[in-house]
Amino acid sequence: MLATLVPLQAVTFGLVALGAPLVVLTRDPLRQALVNGIYGITLVCLFVVLQAPDVALSMLVVSGIAYPLVILAAIARSRGEDRKKERDGS
Amino acid sequence: MSYLPYAVAAWICLVGIAGIATSRNLIHLAICLTVTQSSSYVLLLSVGYVKHGKAPIFKGIKLGTTAVDPVVQALTLTDIVVSVTVVALILALALDAHRLSGTVDPDGLADIKG
Amino acid sequence: MSRRVRIGILTPTLLALGALFAWAIAGLPAFGDYRGPYGLVLNRVVVPLRHTTNVVMGTTFDVRGVDTMGEEFILYAAVVGVTLLLRDEVRSRQAERRTQRLRSDAVRLLGIVMIGGGLLVGLWLVSFGYITPGGGFQGGVLLAGAVLLLYVVGNHRDYGPLRRQHALDPLEALGAGGYVVIGLAALASGTAFLTNLFGHGKAGTLLSGGSIPILNWASGIAVSVAMLLLFAEFLETYVVPLEPEDSGS
Repeated sequence: MLATLVPLQAVTFGLVALGAPLVVLTRDPLRQALVNGIYGITLVCLFVVLQAPDVALSMLVVSGIAYPLVILAAIARSRGEDRKKERDGS
Repeated sequence: MSYLPYAVAAWICLVGIAGIATSRNLIHLAICLTVTQSSSYVLLLSVGYVKHGKAPIFKGIKLGTTAVDPVVQALTLTDIVVSVTVVALILALALDAHRLSGTVDPDGLADIKG
Repeated sequence: MSRRVRIGILTPTLLALGALFAWAIAGLPAFGDYRGPYGLVLNRVVVPLRHTTNVVMGTTFDVRGVDTMGEEFILYAAVVGVTLLLRDEVRSRQAERRTQRLRSDAVRLLGIVMIGGGLLVGLWLVSFGYITPGGGFQGGVLLAGAVLLLYVVGNHRDYGPLRRQHALDPLEALGAGGYVVIGLAALASGTAFLTNLFGHGKAGTLLSGGSIPILNWASGIAVSVAMLLLFAEFLETYVVPLEPEDSGS
């Protein structure tokens, strides 16, 4: 039986497999938000080559709009609170 | 080679769980959770893939052409929506924990009482 | 539990889980060797029966329409949860006073162009979702993103009134409730919940799919408003001024 995995699919699977540990190993949330966006794009590519354009679009808007906004707002808030605490303390 | 897609899904899941367990920051933890959840998208779409299949959208291609499974794609769409809501809720809880304890380190939360 | 103990437990657990995964994968059909009947059946019957050329959306809003309703209420519950956790009137008013304008004209111009493009593509994704790739969710998030850009490029007040007058809350109810109303309408007409009631129209045109376009728009509204409310709770409550002395006016 011929290999059913075409080279393009194999490459995108490889990129996704590489991307996941990169996101996890980036410990600073701000950088991680960026790396997570790139990982999201590799997932979008994977979904396109798996013939799932609807899912790819959905992943695109989620990793491009929804995740970054929520994550960045959360980071801004937690840092702002730390800063305020420092100001009040000093 | 034909099991590589499933292996990738399993790998992403394990990596994500490891990230959650070793996380020192609740925001980092929430992002690791999205990584773990992304393994389910990869698995679902891989299971539904049909060799030489087209996308299940019959605009421009003839009805009856071999197409991939639309059911798993619909499931994955729901999965992604749920992932967004879960992350939003977890981040809100993380911010609440941060307000109460002054730290985003999960290990620091043991001090919260009541 | 100390960190070292936790990692000590984690390693064998992950190994065991990995072994279980390997066992499970060995039982799956090879990649591309699809065996389940449902996908093949749906690919043959959805277009003739429902006249929606995008079978994924036909599946989402018709074949498993009840699940999608549940999904909408998950979103709804999440918005309610985040609001309960984060809404804090006093803090919100303080943050509002201190928010400042974006100073770079170039960035603002880019933002304005992107608002237009985002709204247009978002509306297109929702309205043609059941014909070409797209749908209520994808378009809804994009619409919410475009509206939020207003917040970035404009003054805080450009977005603020939308929130303060609580115009978004009834809209969210319209989106989530509209879905249920369509389902109940089917029930009232003597068929099962969420049965596709309306004429199916001509495949490949906007007038196709019966209830599917209505459900699609209901979820598009629900998703975009839910996203706006989520972001509003995070952003409005949590705006951190870059320069706290830049308060007033």
